[in-house]
Amino acid sequence: MSAAPKIPERAAIRTSRWALWLPLALFAGFIVLVLIGLLRPASHDVASQFVGKPLPEFSLRAAADNRPGLARANMIGGKPRLLNVFASWCAPCAAEAPQLAQLAAAGVEIDGVAIRDHKPELAAFLARYGNPYTRIGADDVSAVQMAIGSSGAPETFIIDAQGVIRYQHIGEIRTEHVPMLLARLQEAGK
Amino acid sequence: MQDCGSGQVIAEFGLAALWLAAALAVLQLIAGGVALSRRGDALGAVVRPVAIVQGVLALAAFAALVAVFISTDLSVKLVAANSHSAKPLLYKIAGAWGNHEGSMLLWVTIMGLAGGFVAAVERRLPERTMMATLAGQAFVSIGFYVFLLFASNPFTRLAEPAAEGQGLNPLLQDPGLAFHPPTLYVGYVGLSIAFSFAIGALITREVSPAFARAMRPWVLGAWIFLTLGITAGSYWAYYELGWGGWWFWDPVENASLMPWLAATALLHSCGVLAARNALRAWTLMLGVVAFSMSMIGTFLVRSGILTSVHAFAVDPRRGTFILVLLAIYIGGALMLFALRAGSISEGERFAVTSRESGLVFNNVMLSGTLGIVLIGTLYPLLAEAMGMKVSVGPPYFNPFTALFVVPMLLVLMVGPLLRWRLDNFGRVRSGLIIPALILVLSIGIAIVMAPGKMLSIIGLALAPALAFASLLPLRGRRLSRVKLPLWGMVLAHFGVAVSLFGMACDSAFTVEKLVAVRPGEAVRVGPWQVTMKSITPIAGPNWTALEGDLQASYNGTAPSLLRPQSRSFWTPPQQTNESALLTRWNGQLYTVLGDEAADGRWQLRLWWKPFVTMIWLGGVLIALGGLLAMLGHVASDVRRVIARSKIAFRRERQGR
Amino acid sequence: MKRLLLILALFVFAPPLLADDTMPPAAYAYRQLDDPRLEAKARGLMETIRCLTCQSQSIADSDASMAGDMRNQIRERILRGEDPEAIRRWLVERYGDYISYAPQVSPATWPLFAAPLLLLAIAALLLRRRFARSGQSGAVK
Repeated sequence: MSAAPKIPERAAIRTSRWALWLPLALFAGFIVLVLIGLLRPASHDVASQFVGKPLPEFSLRAAADNRPGLARANMIGGKPRLLNVFASWCAPCAAEAPQLAQLAAAGVEIDGVAIRDHKPELAAFLARYGNPYTRIGADDVSAVQMAIGSSGAPETFIIDAQGVIRYQHIGEIRTEHVPMLLARLQEAGK
Repeated sequence: MQDCGSGQVIAEFGLAALWLAAALAVLQLIAGGVALSRRGDALGAVVRPVAIVQGVLALAAFAALVAVFISTDLSVKLVAANSHSAKPLLYKIAGAWGNHEGSMLLWVTIMGLAGGFVAAVERRLPERTMMATLAGQAFVSIGFYVFLLFASNPFTRLAEPAAEGQGLNPLLQDPGLAFHPPTLYVGYVGLSIAFSFAIGALITREVSPAFARAMRPWVLGAWIFLTLGITAGSYWAYYELGWGGWWFWDPVENASLMPWLAATALLHSCGVLAARNALRAWTLMLGVVAFSMSMIGTFLVRSGILTSVHAFAVDPRRGTFILVLLAIYIGGALMLFALRAGSISEGERFAVTSRESGLVFNNVMLSGTLGIVLIGTLYPLLAEAMGMKVSVGPPYFNPFTALFVVPMLLVLMVGPLLRWRLDNFGRVRSGLIIPALILVLSIGIAIVMAPGKMLSIIGLALAPALAFASLLPLRGRRLSRVKLPLWGMVLAHFGVAVSLFGMACDSAFTVEKLVAVRPGEAVRVGPWQVTMKSITPIAGPNWTALEGDLQASYNGTAPSLLRPQSRSFWTPPQQTNESALLTRWNGQLYTVLGDEAADGRWQLRLWWKPFVTMIWLGGVLIALGGLLAMLGHVASDVRRVIARSKIAFRRERQGR
Repeated sequence: MKRLLLILALFVFAPPLLADDTMPPAAYAYRQLDDPRLEAKARGLMETIRCLTCQSQSIADSDASMAGDMRNQIRERILRGEDPEAIRRWLVERYGDYISYAPQVSPATWPLFAAPLLLLAIAALLLRRRFARSGQSGAVK
């Protein structure tokens, strides 16, 4: 560019030198970008942006006959607890049932939000895989799910005593996640 | 295992052909390179035959793959994974390229054939440029051969033949899916010729109108296929997806649009170079960029790094492999360009009011559009590298591409009327009065009919004016004497207007009706009265369906029957909606049968889409225009060659 | 073309089967609002909200049950008189920019909007250079 004024009229129509290298530079940028994308495959989870924020107001009717429904007020006070978003029609939800039972056995209170579920099917699911829940709310139109930024089932949220969402776990809870969740619950209680 | 006879060695034959083709590509590269030096002339003679044989061998390998798919040879890994003995023949054949390995083999086959074809018929270029071009073509092919042979061998055998194939997915058995990918591939890979031509010209520094005339038919050929491929893909998505959308700015779609934009620009700059010996370096760069966009697009789709929710589970080794190839070829070509283009002058000058200016404007605006599509497509990736997640969709692409496309279309009304080099605007002004009036009038009408929809109004206003203006180059000419390329240009530009009209109408006037009805009930959607007669269960080979009998009557005329289906497959369990369409000259009625609601009513999705078919009709017209232009150019080149050889023959007879 | 990719993905790599619920869709998942003006507002918003459970589709083009629930929620809110952009903000607050196909100018997205301006500037520069010089020479000649 700096040389431009010196170039006589005839040459002025030529593209300047730096412009010729521009495509190559842009392409190099592309390669770097794609390389990052290849080497660090992005996770496909959509994380909730509501972690760190208080639970929104909600009140759900009981999803099962032997457990009460769930409202925001039920989740405040006491010690930190888990909010488990699940459904009887979701296969990974069945897979995480033993881990939930393990957490419940460790004294963790677990509240369930059943997404788009029918009573008989849910009852059969709970009878088969166990029922670790204190309360189960029926979320028939995914309203609570959306209100807390959950994008699928199963997902598990840690709610502290003040009703603030402290952590979101996406996907099923596997055995190795149990100690981590217990530690986080402890931390949320401090 | 008894029939280990002749039929069973086809895969080995294919693999051998592939290896041979790869070896010949190496020879082609070396011989072509040596031929460039002063002493290497002798080797130059083998380059053309080698290129032809290489293409034939690649074709043989591809034919072998098709053959093992036809015979469902389950000892071949690819067949076992992607085919099934019970598939209809058409889909067995299509299965050969409906997977990663097969599609890469199709890629090198088209590339080899294109190179061989050029070697066989192209005599207009200086021989040195031709040698460099064929060497370049071989150089690119080698990379893909290596990729095939070492990282995606389509002919790998299983240790133990599979009992049955795994590829009986009924959803894949669609004629659109069988032919759409190869059409696009011919377009993508056809652009490799332009790429190699550009490389050849950069190496020998021989850029001339003759070069552009030689390159133009090849670019046109690839461009026609791309246009048809995109048009067909759009229509296919429209009727398959069941929601009436025809373009989603999805990364996969953008990957096909980007080479098209670059090729369109290249086509027009080729015209300037051929007629006026201007835009020399620019044309070379577009030649490089067009095929680079094909490779980048294919890579982005194949590697799956862009489709966010559940991408192709691609082996990262393969992704890296292709990326290395891209870096070598595109990076190498762009570096060659940066080093050499400085010494290639931009050529003849021209005034602001000239045909060249119009085409330069077209090129800059097309490049701008390409830039927007590229940025919008890659930005989510960039954001992710910075630890953020964003989505870029129609609300970004529509207005920002319009920013470049609308001025381009305005200039398109004037540009073709201008003379080369220097013209006087006053000369064409009188002809533009009518289009200008149409423009003003249709803006008024559009504002009244589609209030508040900015982009629709622009489209509705531009389309009629552009349609009229695109015919103006024919004014004052004897139609019988108009040459084919001019017909081609007029038709293609008219097609742009037609397509634009369809897009604008669809977005402005579509009427949507989502309802739940009982059999016997009627619904109004736009001018249509749709009555649901009955729901009947029917059974297909591997699905059951509920079929709705809909009677649709347009403004009280005799009713026609539509039969949308809601299909349930059991292998794998899956539900699809088969839409039913009713086409009139002025639009399409689009019907989809949904689920049964709780109270015995059925969900229906109905759309009346005025003039929506114009979108694809326009696309076909554009491709047809390209075909006419290509035929015209080829015919006049052939005539020129014949004339030249006649003169040479006469001279020879008289002189000696 | 997107369907093609989806199908190929399903076909070639056969992911685990996705179970689905049997719940009938929510009230406004497949039903339009009675007021066409409100429905147009809702439609405009739905077309630019990403479906979270399906492959790059908007919730307006998806049969996924969560997309249906989102449509239901959006239509109900529009019916209550909420502004579409306020609903978009509500969703972005929960799911981040990812859920909206309409990127907003933010620290994360400003290059997206700077780029067209840059391209326009480059285009203007290219055209100006070429025309300014050549205009003279053309006139001189």
